[in-house]
Amino acid sequence: MTLATSTTKTADFMSPSTGPSSGSRLYWAMADVLTITKRNLIRFRRTPDALFFSTVQPIMFVLLFRYVFGGAVKLGGTLPTGAKLPYVDFLMAGIFAQSISFGGIGTAVGLAEDLQTGLIERFRALPMARFAVLAGRTIADLVRNVFVIVVMTAMGALVGFDFPTGGLAFIAAVALWLVFAYALLWGFAVIGLSASNSETAQVIAFPILFPLLFASPAFVPVYDMPGWLQGFVTHQPLGVLIDATRALMVGGPTASLVGQSLAWIVGMFAVLVPIAVWRYRERS
Amino acid sequence: MSYAIEAEGIEKTFGGDVRALDGVSFAVEEGTVFGLLGPNGAGKTTAVRILTTILAPDGGRGRVLGHDVVSEAVLVRRLIGLAGQNAAVDPYLTGRENLTMVGRLNRLSHEVVAQRAGELLEQFGLVDAANRPLKTYSGGMRRRLDVAAALVARPPVLFLDEPTTGLDPHSRSDVWGMIEGLVGGGTTVLLTTQYLEEADRLARRVAVVDRGRVIAEGTPEQLKADLGTTVLDVGLADAATAERAAQVLAQTATRAPSVVGSMVELPVDDGPRAAMEVLRLLDRHALSPTVFRLREPSLDDVFLSITGKPTEEGSEDGASPVDVPRTDGKGRRSRRRPGKSRQVSATSPDGGARAR
Repeated sequence: MTLATSTTKTADFMSPSTGPSSGSRLYWAMADVLTITKRNLIRFRRTPDALFFSTVQPIMFVLLFRYVFGGAVKLGGTLPTGAKLPYVDFLMAGIFAQSISFGGIGTAVGLAEDLQTGLIERFRALPMARFAVLAGRTIADLVRNVFVIVVMTAMGALVGFDFPTGGLAFIAAVALWLVFAYALLWGFAVIGLSASNSETAQVIAFPILFPLLFASPAFVPVYDMPGWLQGFVTHQPLGVLIDATRALMVGGPTASLVGQSLAWIVGMFAVLVPIAVWRYRERS
Repeated sequence: MSYAIEAEGIEKTFGGDVRALDGVSFAVEEGTVFGLLGPNGAGKTTAVRILTTILAPDGGRGRVLGHDVVSEAVLVRRLIGLAGQNAAVDPYLTGRENLTMVGRLNRLSHEVVAQRAGELLEQFGLVDAANRPLKTYSGGMRRRLDVAAALVARPPVLFLDEPTTGLDPHSRSDVWGMIEGLVGGGTTVLLTTQYLEEADRLARRVAVVDRGRVIAEGTPEQLKADLGTTVLDVGLADAATAERAAQVLAQTATRAPSVVGSMVELPVDDGPRAAMEVLRLLDRHALSPTVFRLREPSLDDVFLSITGKPTEEGSEDGASPVDVPRTDGKGRRSRRRPGKSRQVSATSPDGGARAR
């Protein structure tokens, strides 16, 4: 479905004021979000190289950790079956964390670019809903995240991940990641709206992500880390999400960890969305 | 008289000390083209951004068709179209997709959007390129699509921010023809430009903007009458000789000649006749010109005549195809963009007489 397909219909209407149900502000606000979402999705399709390379990096991480570093990692856990936890099962949550966090850089860069090129300047002079620019951007990026997660799941299965807790628990884990991803995208939107250009957006995003992803249980268990670091690692949002979804995907107590994850997600939405909207309004 | 666009003492300061607009006022009659003429950094774009609700003014007020651009911003956005250097289209979308996106964001139904996109692509000669991404378009095509996007919702008021800057002469006259077509349809157009020639050709009234203030306003004819219809450039051996020549030539000019480096610039009414007289005068005083040419007045000349000094940035983006290389090379600023200029050999006064 592209914007172009709708234009192939024959138009009978002469009056530009003809439109669906009058005065329904919500309808038009949603239509605006849809229009911007489509626009961003079309861009993904027209730049397949960008999409390709954004999945290549996580794939390389899968291979790197599965076959190079994984053998050196000593895991203490066991699977629900009682068998020793294989590293590939441990790895899946970390790979999701990595794909989702680094994938979000695209949101920051994309928004900074739209500000830079002047597209947002045009949007500001249109009678559209203001928040649609941000909502459409983040929704399109969420769709991209779904795509990346599907690719990573296939990749995981290829290198030996065999869904030890079953499909339903796995889907719950993926759902949790996607909700988290959407909250995180608003953080990247803040970065994109605060950077002076797209290069800066990338430079700002990286040092924020790096400690969150690597000072976490993404690729190695935490018990060999120094005590002070463990405190950060097990409480920072990405760490909590990794622990919660790992428990869902390979077994272990989930209730508390999922609860903490949801708390982080709600907190992030509550803080990041207003900041992003405020940055969008202020930036001119 | 009813005005489509009104600016009343609009002020805007950036970052605490950059005074972009220092009390700009002007009014645009409905159904006419109004030109905001000024060099880079004069404040033209800032004025457009305020009048199109993108930016809030620090002081003063703006109205579009009687509606305040701050307190009635949402309403104003339904009445305006914006195109130009700062309001972009998406290079990865096709022409049709861009028009459809803007149409939908203008709250038009799918059917109307499809129809308008088709009409505009045809009107602007972009049917063949309709389904190609914009990054494959030439500069002129892209600019046409940009203006088309501003017209999707048939706005009664259109803002065109430097619509021809950076275009080659052919594309430029394309865009001009397009703007002329619009006004025939009753649209009010606010046009910003760095080119006097463009304002002259398109605008019924012109405001000259410099450092955030309107320094002159009137019809292009009034501005040019102020200026003389033609400028005669006479290059001399050095600055001192040029000063001497300026004194000698003062009597033939409509206004006092100005000296820039070793060049005397003489605004005259009747070019060919003035040229003959100037050559006679020069000869009588044993002054031998190195450059001698008649040309139409440029933006710099307007500034010289109004402020007594040339534009600071002038036509700095030397990308303009109408740039004529300077041949004197004697300390003169090289950034000047003369209007249509004709080089006349100093040894052939008859050539000078033919020049216009």
